[in-house]
Amino acid sequence: MSQDLLGLSAAQAAERIRGGDLASHELFDAYRERAAGEELGAFLWVADQAPEATPDGPLAGVPLAVKDLFCVEGVPSAAASRILEGYRPPYTATAVERLRDAGAAVLGKTNMDEFAMGSSNENSGFGPVLNPWDRTRVPGGSSGGSAAAVAAGLAPWAIGTDTGGSIRQPAALCGIVGMKPTYGAVSRYGMIAFASSLDQAGPLTRDVTDCALLLRHMVGRDPCDSTSTGVPEEVALPSSERLEGLRFGIPPELTGEGIEPGVREVFDATVWRIEELGGTVEEVALPHAGHGISAYYVIAPAEASANLARYDGVRFGQRVGDGDLLSLYEQTREEGFGTEVKRRIMLGTYALSSGYYEAYYGRAQRVRTKIADDFRAAFERVDLIVTPTSPTVAFGLGERTDDPLAMYLSDALTVPMPLAGLPAISIPAGMSEELPVGFQIAGPAFSENQILDAAYAIERAVGFDGGPPRA
Amino acid sequence: MPEALAERAYEPVIGLEIHVQLKTRTKMFCGCKLSFGEEPNTRTCPVCLGHPGTLPVTNAEAVHFALMIGLALECEIAPRSIFHRKNYFYPDLPKGYQVSQYDVPLASRGRLGDVRIHRVHLEEDAAKLVHAGASGRIHSAESSVVDFNRGGTPLVEIVTEPDVRSASQAKEWLELLRSTLRRLEVSDVRMEEGSLRCDANVSIRPAGEATLGTKTELKNMNSFRFLERGVNAEIARQEETLRAGGAISQETLHYDPASGALSPLRSKEEAHDYRYLPEPDLVPLAPTEEMLERARAALPELPAQRAERLERDLGLPPDNAQRLAFRTDLGDFFEATLQAAGDGADARTISNWLTGDLVSLVGDSDPAASKLEPSALARLVGMVAQGAVAPSAAKEVLAILVADGGDPARVVEAKGLGRAGADELTRVVERAMADQADAVEKIRAGNRKAEGAIVGAVMRETKGRADGAEVIRLLRERIGE
Ligand SMILES: [Zn+2]
Repeated sequence: MSQDLLGLSAAQAAERIRGGDLASHELFDAYRERAAGEELGAFLWVADQAPEATPDGPLAGVPLAVKDLFCVEGVPSAAASRILEGYRPPYTATAVERLRDAGAAVLGKTNMDEFAMGSSNENSGFGPVLNPWDRTRVPGGSSGGSAAAVAAGLAPWAIGTDTGGSIRQPAALCGIVGMKPTYGAVSRYGMIAFASSLDQAGPLTRDVTDCALLLRHMVGRDPCDSTSTGVPEEVALPSSERLEGLRFGIPPELTGEGIEPGVREVFDATVWRIEELGGTVEEVALPHAGHGISAYYVIAPAEASANLARYDGVRFGQRVGDGDLLSLYEQTREEGFGTEVKRRIMLGTYALSSGYYEAYYGRAQRVRTKIADDFRAAFERVDLIVTPTSPTVAFGLGERTDDPLAMYLSDALTVPMPLAGLPAISIPAGMSEELPVGFQIAGPAFSENQILDAAYAIERAVGFDGGPPRA
Repeated sequence: MPEALAERAYEPVIGLEIHVQLKTRTKMFCGCKLSFGEEPNTRTCPVCLGHPGTLPVTNAEAVHFALMIGLALECEIAPRSIFHRKNYFYPDLPKGYQVSQYDVPLASRGRLGDVRIHRVHLEEDAAKLVHAGASGRIHSAESSVVDFNRGGTPLVEIVTEPDVRSASQAKEWLELLRSTLRRLEVSDVRMEEGSLRCDANVSIRPAGEATLGTKTELKNMNSFRFLERGVNAEIARQEETLRAGGAISQETLHYDPASGALSPLRSKEEAHDYRYLPEPDLVPLAPTEEMLERARAALPELPAQRAERLERDLGLPPDNAQRLAFRTDLGDFFEATLQAAGDGADARTISNWLTGDLVSLVGDSDPAASKLEPSALARLVGMVAQGAVAPSAAKEVLAILVADGGDPARVVEAKGLGRAGADELTRVVERAMADQADAVEKIRAGNRKAEGAIVGAVMRETKGRADGAEVIRLLRERIGE
C-alpha cells in the first residue's frame, strides 16, 4: 500500500473519493490486505471483498473496523467469546446500520476482551492483542483490537464500546482518539450487552476531526432502544483553535495518587497548553469519584450476570453436553466463558442475591447518584473537566493478569463518567517511556460539540504526530 | 385425636393470583404478532428469542390494556412504575430472566366485588415446553422441545388480597373477573387455552381467629371446576392435617385434573432466588394524563355495574340481573329485546325468557349469532302476555325461531300452535269430562288433585295450546262450582 493512502485520515480519504481522486474499492482493498495480514491479533474476521459500488453518503466507502460485539447480519459476531464462536446474527446493530447508510464499508471485526470485560484485551477468548508501539505490551481494553488496528494503520478508523473506559483507555494506550458519547446518544440495539446502563458505542480514530465525523453518523434516537435519546444538535466538525472563555476543571480526586510521573508530566504540560490557548483552569472537587471503581464493579457485574444468562446452549452459540438440562447449562457455560467473565458473573450474582442486594447493589446505586451529583455541581463552575485518561502508559502483557484488583484500577479515571452517563474523549497528548499518553476531557450531558472543539484546539497545540512504527 | 382439635371449626383464607394474556396485536417487547396455534417457532424474532444485543421495547397497546384493567378494578395507578428482571434459568425463558414488575407495580389497591385487589402488573409470558415421555414433566422427559411462539406474549398479573373464604366464592369471583375482562375486550380469557390462569394461595385458621395460617400455593387449575375442586381438596387436606395434630408446610402444589390429586412441586422447581434487578434496558413507565384519559374513555359499563343497574332500574331479580350482566352477549340481547318490546314491556318476564329457555337453547354461544331476532322474541313474549299463545307452546315457537328465524305470529299460524279458541277448548274439556267420569266424580267429592287428569288430557289433545288456568275454570264451571 502506498504510504500516501495510508497517510490519509478517514475524513481526507472520504473527501478524495467524493472528489473522484480515489476509488473506494482501491482504498478498501489496500486496508483489507493489511488487516488480513496483520500480526497484532487485532482482527477476528476480515471481509473478503469491498462493497461492489461506492456507497452513497458522506463516508464514501471508507473502510470501518467494527468491535466484535456489534452484531452484523451474517458476519461472525461473538464478543470475542468462545461461547458465541460461529454465531452469525440474523440482524445488524443500529449503529453499524447507520454508518453503512452514511457510506461506511465494514472492513472487519476487531478483537476485544471477552464480552468487553477487561482493560488489557488479554481476556479475549481468541488470544490477546499486541500494542503496536511495543508488542510486549497490552493495547488496553476492552476495545483493544479497534484501538490497535487504528494505531497500526490496519484500519482508517473503528468503532468500539465504552462501559468503564473501554474506548478511552485503549485509545490512550495506543496513541489515538477515542470518545464515549453521552449515554443514550448512540443506540445500543445490536451491541452484545455487558452492562446495559453503562454501555455506549463511540469512535476510535486517528484525529479529532475523524472522531467528530464518525460520531455524527452514529448518533440518533432508535425506536429499537428505549434508552436512546439521540443528540439535541448535529455533531459538528470542530474548527476552533483557541479556548478563550472556556473554564477547565481539574479534580484532585482523579489527578492525584496513583498517576505515573511520566503521565503526570504530560498532563501538566497539556494543562499549561490549555492556559496558553486562552482557557482558564481551576480545581473542582468530585468528592465521590474515588468510589467510582467500587460502585462500578458492583453495578456492571450485576447487570452482566443477567445479560449473560442467555448463553445457555439452547438457542445459539456453543452447546456442550447433551445429558440433562442442568449439565447442559453447566458444561456449556463452564467451557464457553473465560475466567474473568465467570468471575464477574459470580460477583454480580452475589451482589443481587437475596439479603445482599441492599448492601451491594443498592449502595452502589446510591454512590452512582452521588457521583452524578458531584459532576452536576462541578459543571456549574466549569465547562469541562480534564484528567489523564489512564494512570499509566501501556503495561506489559501478563503483568496484571494475576491481580484483578490492579487491573480494575486501570479504569479509575475513566469509570466516573459512564457512571454519570457523561461524554468524554481521550486524545493523545504526549509520550512517556516511548509510549503514548492520553488526555481526557469530560463534559456535561450532550456537550459532545464543546468537547470536540476543545479537543481539536488542544490536539493542534500539542501537535502529537505520527504513530507506532508501521509494518 | 384430641377432642378440641377434632371439634374445632376452620375458616379458609384464600387469595388468588391471576395471569391474563392480553390480546394485543403484537408481543410485549417486540413486533411479533401474537400466536394462535401457528406452526411452532414461526412467530419469533431476534428480540423474543433473546439473541445477543437485542433490546425490549414496551408495547403501548399492552400498557393501555393494563391501565384499563387497573382502572376497571378501581386501582390506584402508579405515576411511575418500573420493570425488573426476574432471573432464573429455564429453557422456556430465552433471556434467562423474565421482564416483569416487582416492587412498584403499574396499579395497586383496588377492588372487584367483595374482593380487594392487591396489585396489577405487566410482564411477558414464557415460551412453551413440550416434553416427550410419560410424565409430561421436564425431569423425567426423554427429550424436550421449545416453541417460542408464546414467549413474550403480554401478561397482566392480578393479585388479590386474601379476602376469599370458600372454594365456591373463589370460583364465582373468578367468573366475575373473567366477565369483566371479557367486557373490556383485552383478553380472550379462556382458562382451557391458558389465556386466563389462576393460582390460589390457601390457608385455614380456627374460625374467628385473626392470624393467618401457613399457606400453600396451588397451581395448574385450568378450569373453573378444577379451581373449585382443587381449593376444596386443599382445604380438606389442611383440615385433616391440623386435626391430626400436624403442621402445614409452605409449599407449591400441582393440581392434577385427571386424578384431582395435589402433589408438591420438586423443591428444585421452586427454590429460586430471583435476584430481581431493575431492567436497565427499559425506561420507567409513567402514564401521562392523556394515556389515563384514553384508558378511562375506553371503559365500557362493567358487569358489576350492569348487574346493579338491571336490578335497580328494571327491578330484575338479583339472580337474573347477575346472569345477564356477567354474560355480555346475554345482557346485550336482553336489552335489545327490551327495547324492541317498547314502552310498558315486562322486563322481568323477558329476563326469565333469556336466562331460562333461551340459555337452554343456545348454551354458551351468543344468542345474537342464532337466527332469533330480539324483536321476534319481544313479540313472542307479548303474544304470551296477551294470551294469543300458551306458554308451553311458546317454548316450541322459540326453538323454531332460534333455529330458523322468522316472525313468531307466522310460526304459530304455520304450525297451528295458536292458543285453542273458546269454542274448541269447551268442546275438548267436555269430551275429556265425558271420557273420565271417575275423575269428575272425585272432583265433585272435593278432590282437587283429580283435576290434573282432566287438564292433562286437554293438553294432550291440544298439543299444549291450551292455557291450564282456563281449562280449570271451564271444568269447575261445568261441575257447578
Ligand atoms: Zn419477537
